[in-house]
Amino acid sequence: MNFADVPGFASVTEERGETTVVVETARLREASEYLRDECGFNFLADIAAADYLGWNERTVAGYWGHRDGRDINRPGSWGLAKKPEPKAKRFSVSYHLVAVVSGARGAPRVRLQVWCDEGESVPSVVSVWPTADWHEREAYDLMGIAFEGHPNLKRILMDDDWQGHPLRKDYPIGGEPVRFSGAE
Amino acid sequence: MATAVARGKVPIYTGTRIPSPIPSVLQVDPALREEGDILEVNFGPNHPSTHGVLRLIVELNGERVEGVEAVIGYLHTGFEKNMEQKTWWKAITYPERIDYLSFQINELAFVLAIEKLLGVEPPPKATWMRTLLSELSRIHSHLIWLGTGALELGAISLLWYCFRERDAVLDLFELVTGVRMHTRYFQAGGLAEDIPAGFFTECRKFADVFPGRVDEYEALLDRQAIWLERTKGIGLLSAEDAIALGQSGPVLRASGVDWDLRKVQPYLAYDQVDFHVPVYFNGDVYDRYKVRMDEMRESTRIVQQCLDGMPEGPWTVDDRKIVLPPRHELHTSMESLIHHFKLVTEGYRVPAGEVYVAVESARGELGCYVVSDGGSKPWRVKFRAPSFVALEATATTVAGSLVADLIAILGSLDTVMGDCDR
Repeated sequence: MNFADVPGFASVTEERGETTVVVETARLREASEYLRDECGFNFLADIAAADYLGWNERTVAGYWGHRDGRDINRPGSWGLAKKPEPKAKRFSVSYHLVAVVSGARGAPRVRLQVWCDEGESVPSVVSVWPTADWHEREAYDLMGIAFEGHPNLKRILMDDDWQGHPLRKDYPIGGEPVRFSGAE
Repeated sequence: MATAVARGKVPIYTGTRIPSPIPSVLQVDPALREEGDILEVNFGPNHPSTHGVLRLIVELNGERVEGVEAVIGYLHTGFEKNMEQKTWWKAITYPERIDYLSFQINELAFVLAIEKLLGVEPPPKATWMRTLLSELSRIHSHLIWLGTGALELGAISLLWYCFRERDAVLDLFELVTGVRMHTRYFQAGGLAEDIPAGFFTECRKFADVFPGRVDEYEALLDRQAIWLERTKGIGLLSAEDAIALGQSGPVLRASGVDWDLRKVQPYLAYDQVDFHVPVYFNGDVYDRYKVRMDEMRESTRIVQQCLDGMPEGPWTVDDRKIVLPPRHELHTSMESLIHHFKLVTEGYRVPAGEVYVAVESARGELGCYVVSDGGSKPWRVKFRAPSFVALEATATTVAGSLVADLIAILGSLDTVMGDCDR
């Protein structure tokens, strides 16, 4: 499938059998409508946001295995000599799309991806796929990504008065204030 | 949008019923609210029929549901955040606790994601055993759904029958893994241990008896006027609305969409076994029940074929960089001891990249999105929880129904709140 015609197209990568199409954040809704109407991606399976704060700061190693064992000659498979590729912005939001056709054999999938920084918002796609409603609320709640044009953007999993966004990398484990303590 | 309904079938209803502007909230008609007869009721969070801790804010006009909003998050435990702090090796224990009714399928999704990143392919015996246990998990989950779903509508005796069979499934899990739930039997590279002697005989006994039991359950319900009255024509969801709302699994198949990931994108050994995907067309509570009953029979068929076709050979890859060495070697081989130590303390490293793996759980598409930076811990794990998505359909399915039917409809969506809130 040719994704170069998708509005706001930035890049397409094919890795491990999965296609990732990155588009300009501002034109996400146009791109979504195009993928739904022209390419048949009528089913939004999931919206997954990821925080890349601190990515690329420590060196890591990669292990590449295959059926016959370990490929020790591949660069980066030894020691702690490698840094992952840097990311353009802090947050990525991935939309996992499927083309559902009753009785079909084969499920075409694509990952539509946009990038944003702290304080930037992402256009909401609730008008394109109604199921995005809760997925976007979850990304807002846990990752702090604002979706512009969402009809009901409020916290979904955490309490309404919760401070901070737990899945961010700068949100510490065990760092929440203890309620009902003696001082309170 | 291309139509998904099979040709020649009568549409369940015309147009869309998804509430606007908020798809997951049914709002009371302002004119009705003016009359002042609207009663706001809290359904849950602690209510036996919510299958966990779910709160619905229901607005009633007499017995009619005019407004509904689902409030979730009471069981949020931060699994995804916790998994970022554990090595890949240890993080496998988390997914099964997310959906505690089809735990092995959850475990499978995460393990398949790790293997996809690693580029490891497990040996055939492991693949077939995973298929077998996934189907037993599906049966386990559907049995609890059937027992509790029927209980909520007053058919109390069915719960005991279903739990008798469920216990037999748990006995099989215990036989093969040592524990009854949260087995952690799958791991990157294959299985944790070889399949113990005696499992196949016991499993075959179960597979021989079980289809007859499903017939009995169906006879108990299908010939009962109350059950039919309370399930037929209730909780309607058309194919277009189901797809727009991201529904999958039995809910989607009861709305007339022939879509099962085991068939459309076969994983494990599903392309080598023969099974049928049940599809029903009325999109109501009764059809969702029928789909699950048929699925239990089909799952038993897959179990039997797995027992027949189970290949011999190793149960895990022989790669000391990702799989623990055999216990006896630790006493004689220094190298094995080092491998064991490194795996347990530091874990294996997984190449950088992002993958999304989808499997057909008992509740529908279970997705696992994993990002790795090449380290020994996952950078980000995100589960596409089918229960979370199923609850989004509450507002569409209960519109205009009676408050008593609310419980039947909610039950038919088969949500597990642990899965929903993660």
